[in-house]
Amino acid sequence: MARGYRQDETIIGNGLFAGGEFQMSKDRLQERIRMLAEVEGDIEVISLEQVKVLSSELGLSLKEVELAALEACVLPRRYLRNLGTVGWDGQARLLRSTVAVVGLGGLGGYVVEALARVGVGRLVLIDGDAFVDHNLNRQTFATESNLGSSKVQAAGARVAGINSAVEVVGHAVEATPENLPRLLEGSDVVVDALDRLPTRIVLQEEARRQGIPLVHGAIGGMVGQVTTIFPGDEGLYALYGRGEVPERGIEVELGCPTTTPMMVASWQAQEVIKILAGIGEPLRHRLLLIDAEAGIVDVIRPGI
Amino acid sequence: MRTVIEIEIRLYATLRGYRPELKVGEPLFLNLDEGTTVKRVLEEVLGIPAKVVKTVFVNGIYRDLDHVLADGDRVGIFPPVGGG
Repeated sequence: MARGYRQDETIIGNGLFAGGEFQMSKDRLQERIRMLAEVEGDIEVISLEQVKVLSSELGLSLKEVELAALEACVLPRRYLRNLGTVGWDGQARLLRSTVAVVGLGGLGGYVVEALARVGVGRLVLIDGDAFVDHNLNRQTFATESNLGSSKVQAAGARVAGINSAVEVVGHAVEATPENLPRLLEGSDVVVDALDRLPTRIVLQEEARRQGIPLVHGAIGGMVGQVTTIFPGDEGLYALYGRGEVPERGIEVELGCPTTTPMMVASWQAQEVIKILAGIGEPLRHRLLLIDAEAGIVDVIRPGI
Repeated sequence: MRTVIEIEIRLYATLRGYRPELKVGEPLFLNLDEGTTVKRVLEEVLGIPAKVVKTVFVNGIYRDLDHVLADGDRVGIFPPVGGG
């Protein structure tokens, strides 16, 4: 789809390569990859350094080189410790996927960090805020030196530092019913890392309309909840009913201490990885409720 | 004849403030008349306004406030959680 320049959108990292020369360069590329491969245990791997050399030599993005390597059964070594769990096919699926993370606060930051490390190929990041000092207790991209900067910019810079094969599309805007249809378009999974209940419902509705699975997470105090909502599922309505929802919850009183977002964001990122890589069973029609203060974990199901 | 049922209630997060004598994570056991609804337990027994409760589960299943409790039920009462 052709799109004009938008002020709120910045593309960080390599763009996608296209064109008729694809097959020729891919054959050449895979030949080079096999030549550079090293044996590690019982598989062939290629180092990050060599992936970068090939990328600049052939004018391809790192993601294209990594995908070509996976297709040639040569594993980019940076993903070696993923392999036993996500598999060859799962790793390629992750790299070909797009995930929208809505909200880059406590939850969103750790989710983005995990998705970049595991190798999700394209991240759409949505948050209109800039860092302030009370984010420093828990938001992984917040540092003393980037206070006042856009969360989207900081996230893009961090992702580029962790995994430069990941394409980042940043939208430094607050998610609204008006802009979400455009912002979520083309995503394979959406992550709800927002901090307002009514906006979470709006996000659920738009993900549902576009047929995209949604991974919900919310925190307050030492309590967190996670659930995965597929289009057509009852989702947040099972939790909150269909009536009006309050703007905020227990976090107003209990705050958002350091470790709760790490705990819940890990579960959210796991859900995304499971859906994309086609492994495990998502937390669908189930709400994981973690009360770390009491040391109690519950799994709640709808009564239907 | 009056039939009495026993239920177990767990209050989460800020709702623990309604029973400060309980240790964190400690359940509350109540003897109630058969036919008692969740709403009645909340408002008449625990003194928790129904509007501050968004989520109730009984034996691990979401239930609404009109749900009628049965002997041995384990009830969880949860306030809304919205932070990110």
